[in-house]
Amino acid sequence: MSKGRFGQFGGQFVPETLMAAVMALEEGRSSVCPTKEFRDELAFYLKEYAGRETPLTFCRNVSADMGCRVYLKREDLLHSGAHKLNNTLGQGLLARHMGKKRLIAETGAGQHGVATAIAGAVLNIPVEVYMGETDCQRQSLNVFRMELMGAKVIPVSGGTATLKDAVNEAMREWAASSVDSAYILGSVVGPHPYPEMVRDFQTVIGTEARRQILEREGRLPDTIVACVGGGSNAIGMFHPFLKDDVKLVGVEAGGRGKAPGEHGASLESGRPGILHGALSYLLQDDDGQVIETHSVAAGLDYPSVGPEHSMLKDTGRVHYESVPDDEVLNAFRYLSRREGIVPALESAHAVAYLIREQVRFEKDDIVIINLSGRGDKDITREVVHEQI
Amino acid sequence: MNRFETVFERPAFIAFTVAGDPDYATSLVAAQTIIRSGADILELGIPFSDPVGDGPVIQRADERALCAGATTDSAFALIREIRKESDVPIVLLVYCNTVYSRGAARFYRKAKEAGVDGILIVDMPVEEADLVMEYAKESGIAPIFTVTPTTPPKRVKRIADLAGGFLYLVSLSGVTGKRTTLSEAAVPLIHRVREQTEMPLALGFGIATETHARQAVAAGADGVIVGSAIVEIIERNAGDAVGMERELSEYIGGMKAAVGSSGVFPADGDQNSV
Repeated sequence: MSKGRFGQFGGQFVPETLMAAVMALEEGRSSVCPTKEFRDELAFYLKEYAGRETPLTFCRNVSADMGCRVYLKREDLLHSGAHKLNNTLGQGLLARHMGKKRLIAETGAGQHGVATAIAGAVLNIPVEVYMGETDCQRQSLNVFRMELMGAKVIPVSGGTATLKDAVNEAMREWAASSVDSAYILGSVVGPHPYPEMVRDFQTVIGTEARRQILEREGRLPDTIVACVGGGSNAIGMFHPFLKDDVKLVGVEAGGRGKAPGEHGASLESGRPGILHGALSYLLQDDDGQVIETHSVAAGLDYPSVGPEHSMLKDTGRVHYESVPDDEVLNAFRYLSRREGIVPALESAHAVAYLIREQVRFEKDDIVIINLSGRGDKDITREVVHEQI
Repeated sequence: MNRFETVFERPAFIAFTVAGDPDYATSLVAAQTIIRSGADILELGIPFSDPVGDGPVIQRADERALCAGATTDSAFALIREIRKESDVPIVLLVYCNTVYSRGAARFYRKAKEAGVDGILIVDMPVEEADLVMEYAKESGIAPIFTVTPTTPPKRVKRIADLAGGFLYLVSLSGVTGKRTTLSEAAVPLIHRVREQTEMPLALGFGIATETHARQAVAAGADGVIVGSAIVEIIERNAGDAVGMERELSEYIGGMKAAVGSSGVFPADGDQNSV
């Protein structure tokens, strides 16, 4: 059995053309990341540049409404407006240590692309971002943000012209240029060592939250909720709590309904399959062809999920559910109105779960929601005033 | 019993096409034309929604085939049809999820029944080969693996130890697709892999012209693999079966002749690439 397994999931299902790149990355990661120099450097950028630590905000109004004690982990306040920067700064620094001359990234909604553009700008490494043509159109503001920071955005027209196709194209480019280029993958997906490496860079979220809640409440929370697309914000939040008696809930994109192609709930509706280098739950047809996904949140519009989540589902340690688009939009408006915090539509999935399940919680229950990103990017007339 | 044993006695021309591209009937005609025109081995790709190892030409072929309703079963049906009139060795090129989704045991059994001789799983390096090796052995289907210019020597040995049929040498870093010149990495790759194994070595990726083919054979390749250039002929002749047959047979015939005239290095580069 290969390396990088989470139970039966994970692995390194890549063409031989990519094996040298993947092995060099493993080697670089294990020799560079544990050093004091690297950790100090990353800590510096996270604190002085990105603005860590992020607050754990107690929400009085929402707590009163929900009948429990609700905290938000404020990754929306991180520079760039989402948790993605934790990972791109880490991988960017590693790339610099490995002498790479260029960063390649894929992006769906554009958040990871923007975070890579930021890392490239501050670390002085040129960035090329692959983005589906469809996504370029519906997230044009993020295309401008990336270009403003000096990144080159390359539209991808193949397949469904969305996130999975952008990953395909970035992997192809990486295969052709891995000697000079680092591939900055945006979530806990892909071949080993990405699921482990990205998780390790995102675990800062959960480590901080654990310390913060102990300071505030003198005990661990009862429940933690996070949205799951690829699953990097969720795994980063969950990981430091896996051995604790804390209920962990991952919320997937329920989209427009349960029919194939209408949602992005790979853990709820998929079956194990291989995409982008890893065995994990996958939305696919009977023949193993990957099927299209839909979510109001572009960042959850992905047909697979990190392999560690697949293992955590099968072992039952994490509970996974989905919420549909309409409940997400309600949650988006609700949190904006009640707390003056506009969540990303991705993060609003976790809020929507709390709203739906509020009767389950007791008055003294502590619930942490990972507010993985802010929603400025999502504010449109339709989202503010109407149902979609 | 093993169709590969004799085919590499002389340099072999290996032709690739996507099963079901642009539709089942045309694809069958294309495969039969390729064989009649002299291809020594037929490589058939089962189309996949996310072909990360392939360049744009083969991606488009996969999309055309899937749009026309191609499935794993229709690829097996195509092979059974080809087998009615030909004994040419057939290699399947598939992505891992196609095998995994069907169940590896069942996939190999069905492939054997259809008449498949070798299977190359694009995104399955030797590290993950446990998934299929038992069934490859059971069915007698050769497990074909790739070696690239970036594969370190020790790893070449490990791959060769596991592989059957022939070694697929990838002439360049990156994905499938035509190139104007043979990759600089190709000749050294052939030489250094030859030091490590007695297996037949077939060179692919970026090969399109008779010059490329002659250069590869002169450098010691036992076979030359062409994909994108063939798929382009099929694409260009969409809706014109007669034109496709004519162009395919001319191209395959020329390539076969070039591969056959082994050891003769061309005076200057012919640009008969399409």
